[in-house]
Amino acid sequence: MSGTFVGMPAFPEASSSAVSDAQLRHNLRKATHTIRAKRAAVVGEQPDWAALREAGAAVKDRTLRHLDVYLERLEAAVVAAGGQVHWAGDAEEANRIVVDLVKATGETEVVKVKSMATQEIDLNAALASAGIRAYETDLAELIVQLGDDWPSHILVPAIHRNRSEIREIFLKHMASWGRPAPADLKDDPRALAEAARLHLRERFLSARVGISGANFAVAETGTLVVLESEGNGRMCLTLPETLISVVGIEKLVPTWADLEVFMQLLPRSSTGERMNPYTSMWTGATEGQTFHLVLLDNGRTSVLSDEVGRQALRCIRCSACLNVCPVYERAGGHSYGSVYPGPIGAILTPQLRGLVGPLEESLPYASTLCGACYEVCPVAINIPEVLLDLRSKVVARGHRGERLAMGAARRVLDSPRWLSLAQRSAGRLRRWTPRRLPGPLSAWSDTRDVPVPPKQSFRDWWAER
Amino acid sequence: MSSRDQILARVRSALADVPRTEDPEDFPVPRDYERTRSGPDVVELLVDRLVDYKATVHEAPEVAAAVAEALVRHGARRIAAPSGIPAEWLGEAEAVRDDPPLRPAELDALDGVVTGCAVVIAETGTIVLDAGPDQGRRALTLVPDYHLCVVRRDQIVRTVPEALERLDPARPLTWISGPSATSDIELNRVEGVHGPRTLEVLITGEIASTG
Amino acid sequence: MRVALFVTCVNDTLFPGTGKAVVRLLERLGCTVDFPMEQTCCGQMHFNTGYRADALPLARRFVTAFGGHDAVVVPSGSCAAMVREWYPSLGVTPPGGVFELSEFLVDVLGVTDVGAYFPHTVTYHPTCHSLRSLKVGSRPLDLLSAVRGLTLVPLGGAEECCGFGGTFSLKNTAVSAAMCADKVRGVLDTGAEVLCAADNSCLMHIGGALSRQRTGVRVMHLAEILASTEEDPS
Repeated sequence: MSGTFVGMPAFPEASSSAVSDAQLRHNLRKATHTIRAKRAAVVGEQPDWAALREAGAAVKDRTLRHLDVYLERLEAAVVAAGGQVHWAGDAEEANRIVVDLVKATGETEVVKVKSMATQEIDLNAALASAGIRAYETDLAELIVQLGDDWPSHILVPAIHRNRSEIREIFLKHMASWGRPAPADLKDDPRALAEAARLHLRERFLSARVGISGANFAVAETGTLVVLESEGNGRMCLTLPETLISVVGIEKLVPTWADLEVFMQLLPRSSTGERMNPYTSMWTGATEGQTFHLVLLDNGRTSVLSDEVGRQALRCIRCSACLNVCPVYERAGGHSYGSVYPGPIGAILTPQLRGLVGPLEESLPYASTLCGACYEVCPVAINIPEVLLDLRSKVVARGHRGERLAMGAARRVLDSPRWLSLAQRSAGRLRRWTPRRLPGPLSAWSDTRDVPVPPKQSFRDWWAER
Repeated sequence: MSSRDQILARVRSALADVPRTEDPEDFPVPRDYERTRSGPDVVELLVDRLVDYKATVHEAPEVAAAVAEALVRHGARRIAAPSGIPAEWLGEAEAVRDDPPLRPAELDALDGVVTGCAVVIAETGTIVLDAGPDQGRRALTLVPDYHLCVVRRDQIVRTVPEALERLDPARPLTWISGPSATSDIELNRVEGVHGPRTLEVLITGEIASTG
Repeated sequence: MRVALFVTCVNDTLFPGTGKAVVRLLERLGCTVDFPMEQTCCGQMHFNTGYRADALPLARRFVTAFGGHDAVVVPSGSCAAMVREWYPSLGVTPPGGVFELSEFLVDVLGVTDVGAYFPHTVTYHPTCHSLRSLKVGSRPLDLLSAVRGLTLVPLGGAEECCGFGGTFSLKNTAVSAAMCADKVRGVLDTGAEVLCAADNSCLMHIGGALSRQRTGVRVMHLAEILASTEEDPS
């Protein structure tokens, strides 16, 4: 996956430093609580939400169970509508395809509309090393790109930045990418949006190559769908002569009519709006454009092969799970070491990359299993179920110390007699219950008092009764 | 083996648990959601939703007069007009035709655009354009900063499923819900980024398109 | 009616008062309580940490201990959820009739006024498994509202997890402590004397912080408040 995050520490270490960043905590709390309330309001006004959610999950499951059929249908429909279809097994191949397509146009600049797939493959770095400059045009992506930062949220990659930080970034860095920010720029969101509009205007009007992802690809018709807010997506999709869309193979839906489910689920779950300001739908080469579709695997087929984990591929990248997650709210997106943060990242990253290192092994544990993510997921991904399944795969790979402790605990707990003996000795030693616990247990007693065992366990009380 | 064939082979081997006899349609999709529902009058609902997302709305018994008046009010003099929009609608304003196709910079220099639409969704306040003769190429409604859209009552449906039934996926479609906006700064919605910063809607009972 | 008590290993070992309160409450409501001595632990800690092979014998033990009973009452939302929601994924069929305490009182016995008396200001933390896995809804609040003398004050951000999460509290201690701190702030903002929940593991976590910070706020299991009477206060 992305080179951006190579060498990230495991989740517990990364999140510890995030927790102590007061500014970050404040920014995240404010933003996530705002969007939570908005989502709840617009979901609440949709009387058939539960039925839509059930349909959304089932449509995605049908697609995934027959993905080969639908991929071939999509390819045929796109080709029939004048588009060209390319297949990329991994990030490297996808980057090579896109670089070659851009080079063939003779252009050295491209405009990009925010896309998780291109972030995942770190396309901008690949373009840069081929001498092609990629301009991010989504406001949040622009903030991340100008600040030489990492995305920390699926929908709002710069969610960790507040207005005054954004103002600083614009003042400092816009000039080296194009039109500078006005010197008297205020930190009012309206003024910041206006600065972005002016900064990117020329770029849009002169762009010859656009790069996008897609929210949905309709197998039956070959139609691609991009939802957005600002109009930067329409600019990138409409004005350039060449359009290249990099789309994960799980983005398919079978039929045109299936969109009626997702066009209701996604906006309400994502930005908390009844409908996002702009959605573009196009089929093949449109209005004289040259159109390339790059279908990306990059680990998705290994996710697909896991019968429990497969449901993660239903994800429509709405980020509702991030916005309700109490762990994400405190840990921030960067702690997840991937472009997919939050609960969905905790199940997607270890599956896309495999349990290849300490970070990937720590992600399934980055949850209290509180279930808030599952509750809001518009396609009913049972995230706790996948986390638990991944945890069982992590422990199967080693972790000797913990395994020994867990085994010992099980032997005591699997015997009423041993349990009773343990309870009685704890009861006898209760006066010496330490205020600070040793070893890994000190993590508990650093902030919480240790419960003092009772003189008598319940079972002994019952037996005496 | 090509990447295409490799990926398809990986997909098939990943799906070893799916019975070979299962057809895609065999897997059930419950569709218990509502295709439409009762509720307030669609025009009333649409007006409420458009206003909520900061569009300007007028009900106009007489289209040409209403369009001309809106353009005057907005001080818009040079207007992109798709072939299906009659020049007489624009009153004093100049109808700039997209023939030959206007370059982005030319579009940027115009004061606005007047279009019809294909379908309108009341519940979500969404106007859908399908590049028909009264709407033109997608760029026409994107680059100019002011978009005046004429909606006929018979183009309004209540729900998203009703809208998709009326739309043709072979045409380029643009769904517009209010002026361009962003929620990227502290997740608060702010109107006015790259797309038209002013969206004005005229709802009329008349036939809006002559083209 | 006869009902079997699954007291849970945490209550058995650390919080026997909760088990005693359940017995007292159920007997007052006319139940005959059985305590199968073969019971130990539902296996939740092992299962949630990924040790399914260790959780399996514990799940089997639970089924053997409680298989013959028509109704099993559990004073822990997360243990009841473990049995009902997750045993099937271990290939173990959960016995029918496993109820979290508030479900048993409201749905099986059909009571919300259990005749309790508790003259204190109380706030209630719903706990995630009761809320989202078992979906006990307003049952605990209905029960508390019917307690004479009790003033129930709403907890801000009640539905947000306290940050315990079993081994999460040890593996991700910084985030866990931060979540706990916010929960503690919410509790203190209510001005309540007592924080109540239907799961002692969450209360051990929040209560551990309340006590470390010398806030003076007590934590009490729902059963202990419901068992309390004028003659025999908890």
